[in-house]
Amino acid sequence: MNVITTNNKWIGQRTIRPDGADKVTGRAAFAADTTMPGMIWGKILRSPHPHARIKSIDTSKAEALPGVKAVVTARDVVDFPIDKSVMLGIQDMRWMCRNVMAREKALFPGHPVAAVAATTEAIAAQACALIEVDYEVLPWVIEIDDALKPDAPILHEFVKFEGKPSNIAGKLEAKKGDIALGFKEAEVVVERSFTTRPVHQGYIEPHACLVSVGADNKTTIWSSSQGQFMVRAMTSYLAGIPQSDIRAIPAEIGGGFGGKTIVYLEPLATLLAKKSGRPVKMVMTREEVMRSTGPTSGSKSTVKFGAKKDGTIVAAQGTFYLQAGALPGSPIRGAVGCSFSPYDIPNVLSVGYDVLSNRSKVAAYRAPGAPIGAYAVECVLDELAEALKMDPLELRLKNAAKQGTKAAHGPVFPRIGYVETLEAAKASAHYSAPLGKLQGRGVASGFWFNAGGESSAQVNITEDGNVVVTTGHPDIGGSRAAIANICAELLGIDYKRVSVLIGDTATVGFSNLTGGSRVLFASAMVVTQSAEKIITTLRERAAKIWEIDPEAVKWENGAAHPASPNAGEFPPLTLAELAAKAPSMGGPIGAGVQLNTEGAEGGFGTHICDVEVDVELGIVRVIRYTAVQDVGRAIHPGYVEGQMQGGVAQGIGWALNEEYIYNKQGKVDNPGFLDYRMPVCSDLPMLDTIMVEVPNPKHPQGVKGVGEVPLVPVMAAVANAIYNALGKRFYSLPMSPPKVLEVLDARSEAAE
Amino acid sequence: MSKLHISTTVNGEPAEFLCEASDTMLDVLRGPLGLTGSKEGCASGDCGACSILLDDRLVCSCLMLAAESEGHQLRTIEGMARGDHLHPLQQKFLELAALQCGICTSGMLVASDALLKKNPHPSEEEVRYWLAGNLCRCTGYDKIVRAVMETAADMREQGNMEARQ
Repeated sequence: MNVITTNNKWIGQRTIRPDGADKVTGRAAFAADTTMPGMIWGKILRSPHPHARIKSIDTSKAEALPGVKAVVTARDVVDFPIDKSVMLGIQDMRWMCRNVMAREKALFPGHPVAAVAATTEAIAAQACALIEVDYEVLPWVIEIDDALKPDAPILHEFVKFEGKPSNIAGKLEAKKGDIALGFKEAEVVVERSFTTRPVHQGYIEPHACLVSVGADNKTTIWSSSQGQFMVRAMTSYLAGIPQSDIRAIPAEIGGGFGGKTIVYLEPLATLLAKKSGRPVKMVMTREEVMRSTGPTSGSKSTVKFGAKKDGTIVAAQGTFYLQAGALPGSPIRGAVGCSFSPYDIPNVLSVGYDVLSNRSKVAAYRAPGAPIGAYAVECVLDELAEALKMDPLELRLKNAAKQGTKAAHGPVFPRIGYVETLEAAKASAHYSAPLGKLQGRGVASGFWFNAGGESSAQVNITEDGNVVVTTGHPDIGGSRAAIANICAELLGIDYKRVSVLIGDTATVGFSNLTGGSRVLFASAMVVTQSAEKIITTLRERAAKIWEIDPEAVKWENGAAHPASPNAGEFPPLTLAELAAKAPSMGGPIGAGVQLNTEGAEGGFGTHICDVEVDVELGIVRVIRYTAVQDVGRAIHPGYVEGQMQGGVAQGIGWALNEEYIYNKQGKVDNPGFLDYRMPVCSDLPMLDTIMVEVPNPKHPQGVKGVGEVPLVPVMAAVANAIYNALGKRFYSLPMSPPKVLEVLDARSEAAE
Repeated sequence: MSKLHISTTVNGEPAEFLCEASDTMLDVLRGPLGLTGSKEGCASGDCGACSILLDDRLVCSCLMLAAESEGHQLRTIEGMARGDHLHPLQQKFLELAALQCGICTSGMLVASDALLKKNPHPSEEEVRYWLAGNLCRCTGYDKIVRAVMETAADMREQGNMEARQ
């Protein structure tokens, strides 16, 4: 495989994305934009209780209401008994079937208990209110500390830890060296504990779907998700329809950030459509999104570092408790595996616990688990640098992971660009810019695994010599534009001649989720191999016309040429000319490739954040931000920068404002955008980016995933900046105005 | 109760529809009028994805009753381009990659257009406060703000050129 690094015409260009015009004119069809003749509306009845046994459900009154066409409950959803795990990727269908519809118990406020389809949304809502559920309300638990108490209410009797029923659903450990010995060698030790609150992915598009089921069970699903094949498989499992009978069509997706890697509505809409014989549309309200989907875990962590006086880190230990919500599956892998990966440390012990409580089940959120771990690790490193009287970037440089470093979670790094991110940060104008009063600067780094996995592509040459590429990954952030750049580069044609489409489950081969920062890495591989096959065909056909050996033909600038004067003198044969001759020369030109891609190497970032604290109001404002990242190769720099800037903005929200607030009844008290305060335009400065390009040696274009890394360092960078401004450390997120004021008040009282 | 019969103007064309008294403008735009470019992100006026112009006023169509459009002029994202000729803001959003998923884009463009009509010389701060009612979760706003500022500069230049001619 050749890494294309120089003389590129399209790779590295800021081209107009293939789906761009549709998205600036309102023409792009998102999930909620689709309708069908005869369509009816589905609505969900949700539990008002955090924890309750469902003794009985009487749906007769709802069914009798005029306009109601179908009612479903857990009885209609395929059951996956708890004694046998059935995995789909990282999701266990035992938990998925209980998450889409409560079975034995309702486990959080907002947990679905029944669903109705009716001719109007209003009738469906009215019917939900007529369903009688007999609940036996049970004691409940929301916070980690409460869930871990010996007398805590147990969510699931079948979950056992150390032989006893427990709210700890799992433990994960990564180890390297001898941790006790490591700390014995240390001359300086810093240990701190941290908490973070659950935060939502915050996609602006609520979950939505439209499902039509024929009398023969043939099912068509239009929905917004991070993977049409995931939608097909999960719906197949939960509605009991073979995958071959389900066609899942990916609508344009209005943001996901991990939160749309599982289903909520599709199986229920399918069951309602099957029962009613009518197409069923379901669209969540914002409140339903906030109460019942996502978020990522709240956490408590303890991190300890030991170093020599010269700054050499000799030992590091982390313990991470992450909330799973009501069913097992918090992202402890990210917290345990990523947190220490930027550093070459001889002795590491990293342990994670998956903790159940009566909250909605967590879903993936951008580098799941890694930002939680990095927040703790990178804040402690800041204190360690201070204790050692070292510049925080110097401390990181001294201990940075490099090619050949063995990470605690297993792999040995190939050529990576972490050191380059630190050096670029250090050399940036930002790092040495002066600061004003009540302003402070912080730095932090972060790592994400990145992912490969299954991808398929079909590349076809049209009869007029243009190109249609079909891949299987929903495009959330401009991946079609990058694929067009690569395809145009390889075929030597204008990128405008390349159309890139996202196929449905019936028209393209299996492709795994849009997630884990895998889409461009994997789809570029299958598109490259497809294009290479096509070029081989084109060379063979030119060779036949010229009556020379195919080896004597080269493909350049969108045409076949004789490879050297020895091959003979022939005028070039363009893609359009060869396409026109296709019928008489062996038929259509196209190629498809399906791969389980490998070689997605981890990504690193280093961020610099400046804040200014309003001491009257307790508001922390980010006034300057620079994100530096090893991006492998920026195929479309505009969308790479966009990933970096978007991740930073989400991190600033997580650091300063966002949190789920629970009331005394165990319910989320801020289920809307007014009170769940995500950053708005006036909250942020311009977000500067420095893309460090160290091509991934295992990828034909050097591509490395870029989407998740930029969220990982942010919370620590902001926290370290606040410390620098105020001389006071915060050990819990968010660092919101009430908390900041509390600290400032305590300080001024102490001074008086 | 029978439905209300409303006559209004949408993107310069006369439009009539029947609605319930409780229907929002967004419900009717996306439903009977088939204009699904305006999006519903929250239905509470917090995200701005449903931004439209009511006469010259920028409003969240989810907070407006459909019946209130009687006799008024509405402008939606569908009325921004002229045929295949994109508005300069639309073109600039594409050139600067000022959108990722695209769900907020309709509202952002309608709101930005309203700003530039009111204030052809917006400062960065003015753009940021004007767009504070339009949530975007993908971009961090950087490229959106740049696109609006650059479009404003281009349009001023264009205006100066036309004035000189």
